[in-house]
Amino acid sequence: MPNIGNKQQRVDGPLKVSGQATYTADIASPFYHAYVLQSSIACGSIMELDTSAAEAFTGVKAIFTHKNLPERLKNMVDYTDPLSPPGTPFRPFYNDKILYNGQPIALVVAETFEQARYASRLIKVTYEQKEFKGSLEENLKNASADRAPEPASNRGDFEKAFKNSDVSITQEYRQSRNYHNPMEPHATSVVYKDDGSIVVYDKIQGVASSLKYLNGVFGLAADKVQVKSDFVGGAFGSGLRPQYQLFMATLASLELKHNVQMVMTRAQMFSFGYRPEVIHTMKLGCSKDGTLQALSHHTVGETSTFEDFNETIVDWSGLLYKCENVNLEYKLTPVQSYTPLDMRAPGGVSGVYALECAMDDLAHKAGIDPLEFRRKNYVDYDQNEDKPFTSKELRACYDRCEELFGWKNRKDKTTNESHVRTGFGMATGSWEALQQKASVSLTMDATGKFTLKCATADIGTGTYTVMSQIAADKLGVPLDHIDFKLGDTAFPDSPIEGGSWTVSSVGSAVAGVCKKFQYRIADVWKRKYPDYQDAAFEDITFEEGNLEYDSKSFSFTEIMQQASKEELSISHNEAPAEGQDTHSGYAHCCVMVEVSIDKELGVIKVPRITNVSAAGKIINPKTAENQLLGAMVWGLGMALREEGMVDTRYGRVMNANFAEYHIAVNADVHDVHTEFVEEKDDKVNPLGAKGVGELGIVGLASAISNAIFDATGKRLTKLPMLLDDVLEV
Amino acid sequence: MKPFEYTRLSKDDLATGTIPIDSTFLAGGTNLVDLMKYGVEEPNSIADVGELPYNQIEESASGLMLGALVTNADTAYHPTVKNKYPLLNKAILSAASAQLRNRATNGGNLLQRTRCYYFYDTAMPCNKREPGSGCAAVNGFNRIHAILGTSASCIATHPSDMCVALAALEAKVHVLRKGDSLVIPFDQLHRLPGNQPEKDHNLLPGDLITHIELPEEGFSGNFEYLKIRDRESYAFALVSVAACLKLSEGRIEDIRVALGGVAHKPWKLKEVEQEYIGKAASPELFQSLAEKLTRGAQGFGTNDFKIPLVKRAIVRALTNALNPA
Repeated sequence: MPNIGNKQQRVDGPLKVSGQATYTADIASPFYHAYVLQSSIACGSIMELDTSAAEAFTGVKAIFTHKNLPERLKNMVDYTDPLSPPGTPFRPFYNDKILYNGQPIALVVAETFEQARYASRLIKVTYEQKEFKGSLEENLKNASADRAPEPASNRGDFEKAFKNSDVSITQEYRQSRNYHNPMEPHATSVVYKDDGSIVVYDKIQGVASSLKYLNGVFGLAADKVQVKSDFVGGAFGSGLRPQYQLFMATLASLELKHNVQMVMTRAQMFSFGYRPEVIHTMKLGCSKDGTLQALSHHTVGETSTFEDFNETIVDWSGLLYKCENVNLEYKLTPVQSYTPLDMRAPGGVSGVYALECAMDDLAHKAGIDPLEFRRKNYVDYDQNEDKPFTSKELRACYDRCEELFGWKNRKDKTTNESHVRTGFGMATGSWEALQQKASVSLTMDATGKFTLKCATADIGTGTYTVMSQIAADKLGVPLDHIDFKLGDTAFPDSPIEGGSWTVSSVGSAVAGVCKKFQYRIADVWKRKYPDYQDAAFEDITFEEGNLEYDSKSFSFTEIMQQASKEELSISHNEAPAEGQDTHSGYAHCCVMVEVSIDKELGVIKVPRITNVSAAGKIINPKTAENQLLGAMVWGLGMALREEGMVDTRYGRVMNANFAEYHIAVNADVHDVHTEFVEEKDDKVNPLGAKGVGELGIVGLASAISNAIFDATGKRLTKLPMLLDDVLEV
Repeated sequence: MKPFEYTRLSKDDLATGTIPIDSTFLAGGTNLVDLMKYGVEEPNSIADVGELPYNQIEESASGLMLGALVTNADTAYHPTVKNKYPLLNKAILSAASAQLRNRATNGGNLLQRTRCYYFYDTAMPCNKREPGSGCAAVNGFNRIHAILGTSASCIATHPSDMCVALAALEAKVHVLRKGDSLVIPFDQLHRLPGNQPEKDHNLLPGDLITHIELPEEGFSGNFEYLKIRDRESYAFALVSVAACLKLSEGRIEDIRVALGGVAHKPWKLKEVEQEYIGKAASPELFQSLAEKLTRGAQGFGTNDFKIPLVKRAIVRALTNALNPA
């Protein structure tokens, strides 16, 4: 039975459920513990910083601030990482300037975490405060398109087409700031070796990013530092860039020549990147029969004063539906805050939210069923790039979702409670299907066991499992003969785990190295068994660890013995195929939701969410379904729960904890269902697989918003949508 | 957290009357330990009361005595509480999470502190945490704040669900003060902020809650605990209503309505309840009670919605209490 397409349980599952999976903070060594003191103002400078009481406190080993940052970290130092946006990355302790509220201003290193934390409170700080504008709203006049990348080209004549549209809408949509909040807080454990080299265990979505940063900042060459990250307890983008705990733990370790660990508190998880607040202005027009004529999507997003973080937001509006007249604009404006950071489906979540609410609004005004409206404006090529898609089975998603959800007869459902209003909404979702360069090494030992290595990550997505499945099938060996290793800078290069491209990129490289192995073992076999030296490779099959030819079977181990080989090692680099850029790759989905609203009390519940996705070949339907469900639950949270509450007077996040920053809890989640439709794709990559890590969250908030409109007649134009937003006053 | 001295109190300490007055009592620790980690509470000495003999629920002549050290979960699931005081069961189970309820104690629940964002953040001004420093909530995020009984210095709420039910049931709080037992009516335990918002309650230093006494009447026939919050579990009440009715042929023999999430203490007005005794229960009557109970309500911006919401919640809770699920 093939492993690909099988609902394989996670190969690392037993380790995780028995507490044996060593996450970064689980690394056992005699560590000093580090804790940062954060600024309590957003803008200004540090006048005085008195660390004497803290230094005298029990167990304190050292305190680092801008006053004692080693000189070598100031000159010709490169603080960038592979995903740094334009600008100057934040440099801890670089000078006395305060760039945002919550900025690390002192690092206390002590024998225990509690000692370090309490000692940090003994540091006396006086600031000189400067005025600042803490909100996107207040900074709108500084919004600039020059700071942001140019969106896809405008096409047609939007103004004219909009004016001539029979039906049109103009609407602003707003999203509040969201924080990643992976279950595992960010942590770095640095093990200092006698020869001055260090092993850095980091919470990161790609060890190469940490390595690049450590090299740039501390001048650590690859032979002086190894970065490892065996397990990551969720990241969702928060580990795409090295976060400040990496700097802190490394600085302390190198200076003190000792092992140092830093684990962020939950509150500190709100002191770096986030999904930015954005304001969209949507203008859409269609003809009476529902043909989309004109579409304009303008977005302003927040960034920091020191980096220009950008996302692909408005381009989605040029992509999802057939429209000849499109106008897109994207601007950034700096606020007194840390730099935003990619979060699950960055840009797509935001752009598609505004587009799908606007599409629903327009369909309603045109008097057309929202699903029919989308079918009517279906497009089967990429209008932004003027290219065909590698595959697009969105129509099948619409059909299947309609059937599963009972969309046609949805209004038949009645409620007995007079104060409850039921509503139904839908949306389209999409995410890019990208492939990056990746490398994998493979070794077979004398017992026929395979070890594959790649510097990729498993952020809970199932990388260990799906790569093992791909390897088992592509080699023709049982799954338990595969040991896939990741998260180590000593392993072959991988792209960072993000963008839902790991299956496509690393998976293709795994397939590639396995194919190479088959050629290699066939060569060895032909040399050692001269009778078969003319055998054509195409006539050989590989199954259960055997090479099979002409009804005869030769086990890999037997061939190795014949060749007196202890092991066989090969490696492979896989890159997107030549000419792949002639097509655009996207995964798609349709999502439908039911909401029930207590019109007197405003309480919004979501009894049902149904998602049907088209994402090429699904390597593991179980892990893929996990991804979709997790993303859908998060979409619910984004729609109805999550809001980083920044008090703009202080530039400070006031709900930096799990009690008051509301992520969706189990009780919020009712019937959530997902399915995949068949989608054959021989162009997107050698596996025909598209990633699904992000797809499920795209569109969901708009489907809920649209359902709320259906229930109440009220078009909510901001996220999150709270009970007071629907309270009938 | 700040280093502190730790002692564990024993039965003998009770007998000899050596309960320290300058210590902070520790029971379940679900609130205190958090606050210590945040630096909001920095006690020099902690007296762990966990082994004191207040860990039973016992029938008494006048009702039910809930030991202060019984956990919220054990209280909610106690057969007598479930059957005779289902309001209390429902209120407790609407609170926090299963893990917290398994750890948190009854005495601790009464003395938990507000969840005001600014109280929790030592970098922010807060008159409750640091008297005289100002109130950042008045002109800041006050979605979860009070609309009744506020003062210029504080608009914080008491976050408990259990206390709202106890207020409605008119429970009594048994306190050990300098070796003597003292009984405090529930509505006199907590206080409004006035110009001393640092004081949540009327206990004196060294006072130890030993029991909560439930009166005989549990209103098991007609009750409701309605909690409105921003998610379906693990969220404090924006508004909650504990409603109890005793009816005779459609007329009100007794009525209790206590509100949570709207004031510095569970909000209950005996004189308003009294006005409705003897009247026929109806939506209009409940509406009238809701208006009177919330008279003078004042919003501070992002909590303005609580004013209409709490009135509707009162009507809904009382209506539901007519036919409890």
